[in-house]
Amino acid sequence: MKILELNDITVSFRMYERRFRKRELEVLHRLSLSVREGEIVAVAGSSGSGKSILAHAVLGLLPGNAVLSGEMYYMGNPLGEKDKERLRGREIAFIPQSVDYLDPLMKTGRQVQGTRGTKERQRQLFQEYDLGEEAEELYPFQLSGGMARRALLAAAEMEEARLVVADEPTPGLSREMAREALGHFRALADKGCGVLLISHDIDIALAVADKVAIFYAGTIVETAFAKDFQGEGMLRHPYSKAFFAALPQNGFRPTRGSQPYAGRLPDGCVFADRCPARSELCAGEIPMRPLRGGEVKCVHAT
Amino acid sequence: MPRARFLGKAVFRMLTLLAAVSVLSFILLTLSPVDPMTAYIGSDSTLSQEAREEIAEHWGLNDAPVKRFTAWAGNFLRGDWGSSITYKKPVRDVILERFQYSIALIFLAWALSGVLGYALGMASAAKRGTLIDKAVKTCCLAMQSAPTFWVGLLVLSLFAVKLGWFPIGLAAPMGKTAAEVDVADRIYHMALPALTLSVLGTGKITLYTRQKFIEIQSSNFILYARARGESAWEILLRHGIRNTLLPAVTLQFASFSELFGGIALAETVFSYPGLGSAVTAAGLNADVPLLLGIAVCSALFVFAGNLMANVLYIALDPRIGEDVRHEM
Amino acid sequence: MRCRRHGGLTANTRVRVAVYIAASALYVLGILVWGLKMPESAYGVDYSMKLMAPGAGHIFGTDFMGRDMLCRCVKGLSTSISIAALAAGVSSVIALAAGIAAAVSGGKTDSFINWCIDLCMGIPHLILLILISFMLGRGTTGVTVAVALTHWPELARVVRAEVLQIRSAPYVQAAYKMGRTKGQVAWGHMIPHVLPVWMVGVVLLFPHAIMHEASITFLGFGLPAEEPAIGVILSESMQYISTGKWWLALFPGLLLLAAVMLFDVIGENLKKLMDPGSAQE
Repeated sequence: MKILELNDITVSFRMYERRFRKRELEVLHRLSLSVREGEIVAVAGSSGSGKSILAHAVLGLLPGNAVLSGEMYYMGNPLGEKDKERLRGREIAFIPQSVDYLDPLMKTGRQVQGTRGTKERQRQLFQEYDLGEEAEELYPFQLSGGMARRALLAAAEMEEARLVVADEPTPGLSREMAREALGHFRALADKGCGVLLISHDIDIALAVADKVAIFYAGTIVETAFAKDFQGEGMLRHPYSKAFFAALPQNGFRPTRGSQPYAGRLPDGCVFADRCPARSELCAGEIPMRPLRGGEVKCVHAT
Repeated sequence: MPRARFLGKAVFRMLTLLAAVSVLSFILLTLSPVDPMTAYIGSDSTLSQEAREEIAEHWGLNDAPVKRFTAWAGNFLRGDWGSSITYKKPVRDVILERFQYSIALIFLAWALSGVLGYALGMASAAKRGTLIDKAVKTCCLAMQSAPTFWVGLLVLSLFAVKLGWFPIGLAAPMGKTAAEVDVADRIYHMALPALTLSVLGTGKITLYTRQKFIEIQSSNFILYARARGESAWEILLRHGIRNTLLPAVTLQFASFSELFGGIALAETVFSYPGLGSAVTAAGLNADVPLLLGIAVCSALFVFAGNLMANVLYIALDPRIGEDVRHEM
Repeated sequence: MRCRRHGGLTANTRVRVAVYIAASALYVLGILVWGLKMPESAYGVDYSMKLMAPGAGHIFGTDFMGRDMLCRCVKGLSTSISIAALAAGVSSVIALAAGIAAAVSGGKTDSFINWCIDLCMGIPHLILLILISFMLGRGTTGVTVAVALTHWPELARVVRAEVLQIRSAPYVQAAYKMGRTKGQVAWGHMIPHVLPVWMVGVVLLFPHAIMHEASITFLGFGLPAEEPAIGVILSESMQYISTGKWWLALFPGLLLLAAVMLFDVIGENLKKLMDPGSAQE
């Protein structure tokens, strides 16, 4: 059962140029992705490439000047803005990036409880996340980075959600804590939740995810199994291969060129400029297609 | 205890400033062309030469300015604030009596503008960009710029003259003795001046609260609250008020200075017998002791407002004076 | 989401801001010039026309001496604006000097200047104006000096804060290392940096100065009763209000309110033009 399905999601911002022109700045381009029951899908890509926008789009938190197109389904039903409003915080939980997302003037305990949680459940979760009882009475600024992050994780579990969207949930945690936090995601998934884990850290992604979606220039170029990352040959998209080759443990071989900026995304394949296998076919619109159990957005991939 | 030190510093600074204010006021009034003796006894006094010398001696009128100041300050601290030629009474009595009238007026206007302004500001920000918001914003900009005495005149001509709902002036009905005047009379007579006085503050507090809540609405923690399924109303109640009330109340306490200026204007329009009309009368009659007394009291009043704002912050904002992160 | 910021002001907004500024400036300058050029005969005494309600010929009505209220108001407002201009000139120079001196010198000088600012703000502004005007024997001199000398503290704070932001900037530090004195750095780097903010501050002084002049004139500490001034006009109107002569108060005040608000409009819109980042609305 697919909990979340995204087809050709495009997000752009209406922007005003210095003088007269109004233009649209595209940050997500025809992105497709799905998350099944019991599955952790990691979206991995470099920082600042618009991955958070993806989380906001799913939760219906895009700012007023954003334009969203494409199809979204939740549990097989279309997921519109009204549905998102109804589901978020109830069936869809969000784990934000940093402690900034906590109300600076509300004590952590109450904050984790939210509007629907109970004190008992919050206490139980605090114990689970190794947060002392005194943490309940602390304000967010009094929490250490690790505590704040665990509080955010606890808050997400408060909701009893079916889908958890986590935006960079591990920075600031020690390795051990990070592994533990990821363990919680695993446990959630094993209970039947779907987890969409957004991270710039491929190691984190590989450590826990079932599937890894490679995010590049506003779109997902490939969805692979975590085990595909054991060798270059298993991956499908030329960018994934290049990305794999550039990892420190694989010899650190970088590819020429740089990622195109949002707003200057090329027509056709976003990686074409840097791709060794490029041909005329790459200039057209490239659909996401299934390949060897995963999916890829490349006409040449085999 | 960082909080206690913070408060101690505030009080100390307040006291030095208060001392300086009295020096400054004293210098300004000493430099005036009014003859000091005339200022103390009035122009048509029939006092004997001996009595005049006694007064000159008591207030150091023949001495150098510095000595004159110490004479005045010494007397002031002992509770002898001189006597008012305008009201033919000791300055202290005049101020104490009139302060009661003014403080009631100020408090009413302060509370009215605070409550109304805060509510309007939050509502306006919550409905940002709508017609209501625009109307509130425009009205408040005008209220903020409207001269208090003019507002007073309009209120007077509409509610007292045209509609006849309220009395034209004074603090109590004519012909009643002080003992006969009850609370209802007082409030009835206070309503229009208080309304006048609250206009400026309402505009300010509304615009400030609105701005503050709008700023907060674009913050990450509101985004997160929305992500957790809190409705706009829940967000306003749980996070909006929590993060805007303290700054708004603080601003309201910091408005004591403007309120004091406001009573001078509003009380003059409504012939309300408070400190405001007394300061005008004192200035026009060259009543130096009264003017000096009111100047010092007004500064004390302003500092008290600032101090209360400080105390509120110390007491209520958890982020002040504590900067320890609990590491685990 | 910060995306919205990058674009700065939209073209439409820019045009609108410019129109606001131009229209407001036109009104204010129009009143000023009209008033300055107006002969005294325009608001001459004419007892045959006294206390006329607004109508053709006298759109603001006439007062108890049959003087045309519109002309008196314009003349008075023009005087207010002139006094405010002088006040803005004097106070803004004090503010610039004090703000820069405090921020550049730091230490004791900074504390002292801050203390002075707190001191001036410690007495209610209106009371301070009354004291100064009283010291100078009231009248035109009294109100002008009082208004001119008391409007600097807030702007001084703004200037100081602005200078503090660049005090540790590399190019300022480099200037010191090259042997420039504090004075030279203040003149060469600080003043150009604070100029935009300061200019907006100067414009925003006008509404306060106009209002304070009118207020203390109303109380009897400012312009003398025979001068046409909004404060005088409104003070006179008090005697006629109880008999229903509402126009004597309404129109002069509206004219004053409009001037005060339009100066605000000019100031706020200049701010938007100079610092698009702050113009989120």
